[in-house]
Amino acid sequence: MSSATEQEAGWTRDDIAHNIALDIEDGAIVNLGIGMPELVASHIPPGIEVLFHTENGLLGMGLPPPKGQEDPELINAGKRPVTAIPGAAFFHHADSFAMIRGGHIDVCVLGAMEVSEAGDLANWSLGADDTAPAVGGAMDLVAGARRILIATRHCTRDGKPKLVKSCSYPVTGLKVVNRIYTDLAILEVCPEGLRVMRRAPGIGMSDLRRVTGATLVE
Amino acid sequence: MINKSFPSAAEAVADIPDGATILVGGFGAAGSPVELLHALIDQGARDLTVINNNTGSGHIGLAALIEQGRVQKMICSFPRTAGSTVFQSLYSEEKIELELVPQGTLAERIRAGGAGIPAFYTPTAVGTLLAEGKESRIFGDREHLLEFGIRADYALIKCRQADRLGNLVFNKTARNFSPIMAMAANTTIVQTNNMVEAGEIDPEVIVTPAIFVDRLVSIPDASEESSLVAAGARYP
Repeated sequence: MSSATEQEAGWTRDDIAHNIALDIEDGAIVNLGIGMPELVASHIPPGIEVLFHTENGLLGMGLPPPKGQEDPELINAGKRPVTAIPGAAFFHHADSFAMIRGGHIDVCVLGAMEVSEAGDLANWSLGADDTAPAVGGAMDLVAGARRILIATRHCTRDGKPKLVKSCSYPVTGLKVVNRIYTDLAILEVCPEGLRVMRRAPGIGMSDLRRVTGATLVE
Repeated sequence: MINKSFPSAAEAVADIPDGATILVGGFGAAGSPVELLHALIDQGARDLTVINNNTGSGHIGLAALIEQGRVQKMICSFPRTAGSTVFQSLYSEEKIELELVPQGTLAERIRAGGAGIPAFYTPTAVGTLLAEGKESRIFGDREHLLEFGIRADYALIKCRQADRLGNLVFNKTARNFSPIMAMAANTTIVQTNNMVEAGEIDPEVIVTPAIFVDRLVSIPDASEESSLVAAGARYP
């Protein structure tokens, strides 16, 4: 198999978001990280009602507004324009993070640079010295939300595994990840390693082992 | 008679001394008190410690204050917002100090400071680089870090509506850190888009009660930071 076809095999970003959306229960309070996790909002199936929380002070976040109707004072944690659904509520930052710290957020979907087989997550810093480090709310979310789901490509752009034995980048939290959704598989963090719950069409266990640094359990 | 009203932003910030610690409201551009920040630039105070979630964008507001070399230290969670180049260049030249704080810990430190709570424990950041040097303690079966409340000399915040006594209402996600910052400063200075008489705001919807507000400036035509940044504006 050439590397070009390997790139094309597996699920798309929207497929990944769709897989995550299918695992979110009716009535859940959900916080979506910046990037691929944001796509999950568009994939919630009809009949399922969830409330999206954004840590800058909104519960009941809606989809982005049509062009021209953006409100600079109605934004998400990624500082992009959003809308508020009927029934939404605004609140200040300490209340917003009390929702997170107090265990009131059912599901948080985040991106990752690396996830270890113990469920350690690295997604905030490459460890470079000259750029100012930036953490935002990631460490609070992984410490406080009830379930942490990760949306990520299985490998980096240059083909290195992102699911590893132990993280080489600075961690965001230890033993915090519950489930990982990649372009190649859905994996659950368990005491023996990462349990393969589902593989993308055309992806065998040997394909998966070749591009995964972490211990895989069938 | 209670009179917190100041005729201009310049007069409201006139007594801020060199070396002051200042809480600045806003999350990115939303809720940024642009006119108060520009008045502070004109006023000249230096060696400031500023607490804000970010470090400003473009060359106006907080970014302009930083660009003028007036801030010696930033306490924030995310100094890398789009368009935030001023802080980064001073930081790589080691001309500005950074205390990086997880966003929820930052909010709780401010809330605690305002509530007279000197310190608290949180599981946020346990096992990370940001836990280095911090006291830790096990509660239940989980490790927690000791974090200290933040108090400041001044808070600069913006609100949608204020009454004469200093009761405040905010606008959507422009509320963010402002209500807790108002609680944590010795002197809280507020710019409002709409000043009304006492009694005109329903007491049931007041977000920040007047007790947390010291000075009010009416700025009905306040600039939107995001529009200034998009237009490439500079201050001064």
